[in-house]
Amino acid sequence: MIRAHVLICGGTGCTSSGSKSIQQAFESNIAAAGLEEEVKLVQTGCFGLCALGPVVIVYPDGTFYSRVTTDDVKEIVEEHLLKGRPVERLIYSDTGEENVDITNVSLNDTTFYKSQNRVVLRNCGVIDPDNIDEYIAMDGYAALGKVLTEMKPEDVIQTVMDSGLRGRGGGGFPTGLKWKFCAPNKAAQKYVVCNADEGDPGAFMDRSVLEGDPHCIIEAMAIAGYAVGATKGYVYVRAEYPIAVARLQHAIDQANEYGLLGKDIFGSGFDFDLQIRLGAGAFVCGEETALMTSIEGNRGEPRPRPPFPAVKGLYNSPTVENNVETFANIPQIILKGADWFKSMGTEKSSGTKVFALGGKIEHTGLVEIPMGTTLRHIIEDIGGGIPNGKKFKAAQTGGPSGGCIPESLIDTEVDFDNLTAIGCMMGSGGLIVMDEDNCMVDMAKFFLEFTVDESCGKCTPCRVGTKRLLEMLDKITSGKANLEDIDKLEELCYYIKQNSLCGLGQTAPNPVLATLKFFRDEYIAHVVDKKCPAGVCKDLLTFVIDKDKCIGCGLCARNCPVGAINKTDYVAPGHKLPSYTIDTEKCIKCGVCIGNCKFKAINKA
Amino acid sequence: MKSLAELQAIKDKMKDKVVIREGSLTTRVVVGMATCGIAAGARPVLGAFVEAVNESGLAQSVTVSQTGCVGLCQYEPIVEVYEAGKEKVTYVKMTADKAKEVVEKHLKGGKVVVEYTVANCE
Repeated sequence: MIRAHVLICGGTGCTSSGSKSIQQAFESNIAAAGLEEEVKLVQTGCFGLCALGPVVIVYPDGTFYSRVTTDDVKEIVEEHLLKGRPVERLIYSDTGEENVDITNVSLNDTTFYKSQNRVVLRNCGVIDPDNIDEYIAMDGYAALGKVLTEMKPEDVIQTVMDSGLRGRGGGGFPTGLKWKFCAPNKAAQKYVVCNADEGDPGAFMDRSVLEGDPHCIIEAMAIAGYAVGATKGYVYVRAEYPIAVARLQHAIDQANEYGLLGKDIFGSGFDFDLQIRLGAGAFVCGEETALMTSIEGNRGEPRPRPPFPAVKGLYNSPTVENNVETFANIPQIILKGADWFKSMGTEKSSGTKVFALGGKIEHTGLVEIPMGTTLRHIIEDIGGGIPNGKKFKAAQTGGPSGGCIPESLIDTEVDFDNLTAIGCMMGSGGLIVMDEDNCMVDMAKFFLEFTVDESCGKCTPCRVGTKRLLEMLDKITSGKANLEDIDKLEELCYYIKQNSLCGLGQTAPNPVLATLKFFRDEYIAHVVDKKCPAGVCKDLLTFVIDKDKCIGCGLCARNCPVGAINKTDYVAPGHKLPSYTIDTEKCIKCGVCIGNCKFKAINKA
Repeated sequence: MKSLAELQAIKDKMKDKVVIREGSLTTRVVVGMATCGIAAGARPVLGAFVEAVNESGLAQSVTVSQTGCVGLCQYEPIVEVYEAGKEKVTYVKMTADKAKEVVEKHLKGGKVVVEYTVANCE
């Protein structure tokens, strides 16, 4: 009989830090200890604390082990599983309280988890995503059962409308309304499409849901199909997510086997068929019309709307298209009701939002918080603050389509409308934190490089406009621009926004506009003073050796890849050897010398 | 899947197997599994508890886990039962058969098996 469960994170983060070999080590050590009958090994989806991976949790105690290596496994098995003594040195403890008995700390007691409200991620890190029975044990498919046996399609739509659920892919369009527009349209075949083409740099919410709880997407899509009268569904997921694709396919196969997909589900006469379509990694295919064009087998390019997909979508048929996270909310809304959902979040943005925390932050990972939580709480408390005692500068939301939130607005309550009001956007949930060492012009340039690459080329404002924007930013960061260029830059931004065909172009200038709004002084420093205040833009930097600090060890000279550092004749007072100097003509500003100097004698100026 | 009853059947069957991860269980049975406990025969006791708890349908409310040395090595195997809102009960010199009896009478029936407790041993 099983008395303990060992949960090993099998999300992409922990897999890449070696959770597969840890699982194998557990298997062999558990077998060696003769515990196969007593201890069950479960591979789950993402727990959220990716920075601390690979992550292992032992139940019933809920002991949370972080940064486990294969060498630790033997100790965990022999001490904890056999003798019941948790391995203290591996336990992660951050309860925010002092003098706690860390052997009794469970994951839910940590600050990182305490402030979260897991609706979308409720099963991630709890169930085995490859086992449909475990999903069913967690009320899985009960919502589909309820919908098919007790509710009329219009009741389902009304419930979703009442819940106030808004599209989590970034647009924030009311989901119920989308379904309502699609439902009355008559057609031989209607479609439900799940957008899992998560392309924002730094965002991995949807991947984690697909990896950790794939059945909830299947269930939600079937519910949507029933509500709008569609019998066929597609999940469009990027091929760069191999684990998510494999688990989702496995889940679809299981659901078909159980008759939870296919013909006459729950004896209701409702049929629903679900298939996966792989995206080839084009960012524009996250745009709904481009996505559908791609499913049809054509080159992924957007088309003008109207007609909207609800009228003419996939294969010119009425189609409902929602994002992974949006779908993941649906089964819970059906089971617990619209009022329950509305009780979370703010008046106009109900429910929760998942954020992928990245950049200069202690707890890189995945968090789910109620809408209306302040950015300060997300970054300082849940995220654990900025590493190395650096100062917070800004947070980028919405990836290449979004904007940045500066320190002065860190107490903004995060929801759709508040972020739009400050010229930012919610986006799909990527949250990249930047500290004083990040140059905001360089950051805008990074995202512009991305959109230039990803522009599909169909419309001129986006194709040519973003390229010109990037050239202007290049001019600024290389110190060749004047003040007039900043005005031109801004003007072009608005032009691209107004004239582009789809969301990609319409939002591509946002990182530039937001940084211009909040960090104009940095642009001016680049243009007028020819300086990069954060010390990032290489063309505006010179590397200098402080001749009085230099002890003449020569370490920098030996490590300089271009031989730009030479000995001088000057011996500083108190030193025995002559100091070195950098030949600025030869210097490529790689920073290797700074990294090597133990006396902090080399500076960027 | 042709009916809700089928779904419910799977759910009922599976619930016992995943409930351990919810941390919501109210009663804890803790078996002393330090070197002294294992030497005195704690492993079969632990096995008997796990089995009996599952067989009596108590898996939704009772967890069985181990702990280190309780400190009364001469009384091992020692088993402690923690119930919410009640005083802890300590059973000593346990065997697999005694374990089954404790599950039946104490965990299921709500009556402490006094003769196996530490109070009765001194």
